[in-house]
Amino acid sequence: MTAQPEAAPLAPPRRFRLRIPVHGPHPALLALAGLVAVGLLLPFAYLLLRALEADPAAVVGIVLRPRNLMLLGNTLALVGLVLALSTLVALPLAWLTARSDLGARRLVTVLSVLPLAIPGYVMAYALIGVSGYAGLANTLFGLRLPRPEGLSGAAFALTLYIFPYLFLNLRAALLGTDAALEETARSLGLSPGRVFLRVTLPQLIPAFASGWLVITLYVLGDFGVVALMRYEVFSYAIFTQYSAAFDRTYAAWLSLMLLAVGAVAVGAATYLGGRRRLARIGTGVARRAAPVPLGRLRPVAIAFLVLLFGTALGLPTVTLAYWMSFLTTQSAAADDLGELATVFASSLSVAGPAAVAAGVLAVPLAVLMVRYPSGFSRLLERTTYLGYGVPPLAFALAMVFLTLSLAPFAYQTRALLVLAFTLHFLALALGPPRTALMQMGVRPEQAARALGYGRWSAFLHVSGPRLRRPVAAGALLVFVVVVKELPITFLLAPPGFTTLATRVFSYTSEGLLYEAAPYAALLVVFSSLFVGLMVRYEGSR
Amino acid sequence: MKQHFLAAALALGLATAPTALSAEEITLYSGRGEALVGALIKQFETESGIKVNTRFGGSAELAALLQEEGARSPADVFWGQEGGSLSVLAPRFAPLPPAVNAAVAAPFRNDANSWVATSARTRTLAYSKERVKAADLPASVKDLANPKYKGRVAWAPTNGSFQAFVTAFRALEGDAAAKAWLVAMKDNGTKAYRNNGTQIEAIANGEVDFGLVNNYYLGRYTARDANYPVSQTHFAAGDLGNLALVAGVGIPASADNKAGAEKFIAFLISKPAQTFITDKGNEYPVIPGVPPKAGLEPYETLVKITPKVDISALADLEGTLKLLREVGLI
Repeated sequence: MTAQPEAAPLAPPRRFRLRIPVHGPHPALLALAGLVAVGLLLPFAYLLLRALEADPAAVVGIVLRPRNLMLLGNTLALVGLVLALSTLVALPLAWLTARSDLGARRLVTVLSVLPLAIPGYVMAYALIGVSGYAGLANTLFGLRLPRPEGLSGAAFALTLYIFPYLFLNLRAALLGTDAALEETARSLGLSPGRVFLRVTLPQLIPAFASGWLVITLYVLGDFGVVALMRYEVFSYAIFTQYSAAFDRTYAAWLSLMLLAVGAVAVGAATYLGGRRRLARIGTGVARRAAPVPLGRLRPVAIAFLVLLFGTALGLPTVTLAYWMSFLTTQSAAADDLGELATVFASSLSVAGPAAVAAGVLAVPLAVLMVRYPSGFSRLLERTTYLGYGVPPLAFALAMVFLTLSLAPFAYQTRALLVLAFTLHFLALALGPPRTALMQMGVRPEQAARALGYGRWSAFLHVSGPRLRRPVAAGALLVFVVVVKELPITFLLAPPGFTTLATRVFSYTSEGLLYEAAPYAALLVVFSSLFVGLMVRYEGSR
Repeated sequence: MKQHFLAAALALGLATAPTALSAEEITLYSGRGEALVGALIKQFETESGIKVNTRFGGSAELAALLQEEGARSPADVFWGQEGGSLSVLAPRFAPLPPAVNAAVAAPFRNDANSWVATSARTRTLAYSKERVKAADLPASVKDLANPKYKGRVAWAPTNGSFQAFVTAFRALEGDAAAKAWLVAMKDNGTKAYRNNGTQIEAIANGEVDFGLVNNYYLGRYTARDANYPVSQTHFAAGDLGNLALVAGVGIPASADNKAGAEKFIAFLISKPAQTFITDKGNEYPVIPGVPPKAGLEPYETLVKITPKVDISALADLEGTLKLLREVGLI
């Protein structure tokens, strides 16, 4: 009889080759990954090139000074606190939208991503703006509160707009976990709390790792918020070197030092996130967990949401509205609608293609990293994250240098700008599909292939649909950050190219905060439209 | 996405079509914000028939860009927000026609003629109307290191204008004196802020009583709120604390259209453009024939109070940064 092959899948698993399918990666996949890796390694080559031009004695003075240790300590304290606060916010939020019977999930999801669209300086000012002479508390209640500043002020302001990085990663992971595992744990007698700690949480570790890493790299490089909060960190030194000395050589050294810190973070995160088996190996079909009823905790959950969104979204909105109230109608209507439409179109014409390109590119790269672990794929993963960790100005200068040397015809074209954004922000798009692929494993595809599907069509029909949601989440992140990006746009945009972010800068650079407010508000509205669209699309599966 | 690409391609096509027809154009790298100078640039285009392709950005970013591009730079004019960027780029600039700087008032003139100032500002002392009596105002910026002012003063060590002030301090009195003052200020609990505006807000908020700022920021707050609790004053005549600083333009040696660039520069230091700059930006005009905006010091007072420092001697930023690093301020 030929019952043997059919019975085989039911047999207890012995040595599953979970990550490594029988064949190696397709040459096209390797070639693509190779190109991306080269593109991402070039900025490092550029930084080294500049760093080597420096006078050794001066380098010693800049690199080996005791104050750097203090700055490093402050930087690490800030990173630690932001990670802790972001986790406290993002984990409950992700659980509420993915697992509970909260209702209005889409709305809550949109609101949870939106803070990312708020420019850092607006968030910092919103918090500072509650206190002080012209502050809301003084205007509304006659209270002059002390201003938030230092470590706590900086950590608070940063958390309020970067927690969505972690939220999106966690939510995608929670939605992708097979409920059967948790139900089994319950049936074996674990309490719901214990199931969460011992079964659910470990499965979220890769999502934590990518979210934490992106937040860490962001915090390492931020200058705007920490400066407004009067907290001295390492990026102070880099910012001063570029912006005050107009110097590329020593700034390259400082950037490399920052990257060394970033590399440690990347190493830690890949260690934490890798080497884990998340895929289900049992039989049957994975399905979503049934929504957990909130019951008596519902008011607590709602209070949490109101407090969070009130601070992260309400406060900046009120601040922007307050600034706008100072404007005369004449200055507010300075731009006609036609020009605004052009600015919108410009923002869209780079953010859209960059988001799509990063989302699409993330899939083959994630496949390579998850399914074909090798020295090369690990290197690729790390350079992707480090590419995001390179200070944007250094990244843009590297692109300038390379384009002028290799392809002067492409210099300051829209295509180059899109390419630069895609490479720089690729890490953001990579996290969610990477987690999803780890959760899927290769067995469903192997089953499809056993049923006669080819390599590509098995991937497309089996894994493809389950990748849609995480890819959309990753692309969305890229879109939102590109819309508010500045240094790369300054250097690489075509001449006369104005985006919403550069329009905001045209006022803030002259100290005209109030005049910038309508454009900052438009920037947030513009991003929210796309966040809304994306979440809608994602949910209409 | 396809539609966006089409729309974008169309927009690009529309934007570039007139360029191909017009006889002349220049490329401008502007560290000054579009909000302030956009109208001025449009005015020049209308008057001269020369199209200006402007790349707006931070002065630091654009200066770094210009250095990176080297001889391949498409820029015909660089417009810096701070004198520091001009000093650093000076070796890369082509000399200007001698008449350009000859028209500029003496304190703002660049004798080397490698760039020209487009507007000027002074360093000044902002103070709280609520907590500072006239008798408490210091005669010199150096007095702020006295115990009387302990913990009451703000400054912005990462800000370009403050650093230019330190460079002037070094040029006039030497590195040792500058260092001694910085250390004394630091030990006196002087608080670091990001820039000029945040210092003024900190005074209004009661965090500090004094701030070392540029003269043209306070006007923006008082214009909206006549009761704004901050005022400003200059130090005694000739004191370093009243240092005059400039924003300005230069022509990179690699410029393709030097003639067009020179026309643009001539326009910027013409009477109408200078009047526009002082009226809209609260800064000082750089040619003697244009009266500073009401509320600014008259030109004679300005000449009297500012210390005698050659603004071209403020190029040694690297030395200043080294000093600030030694003291632990940046």
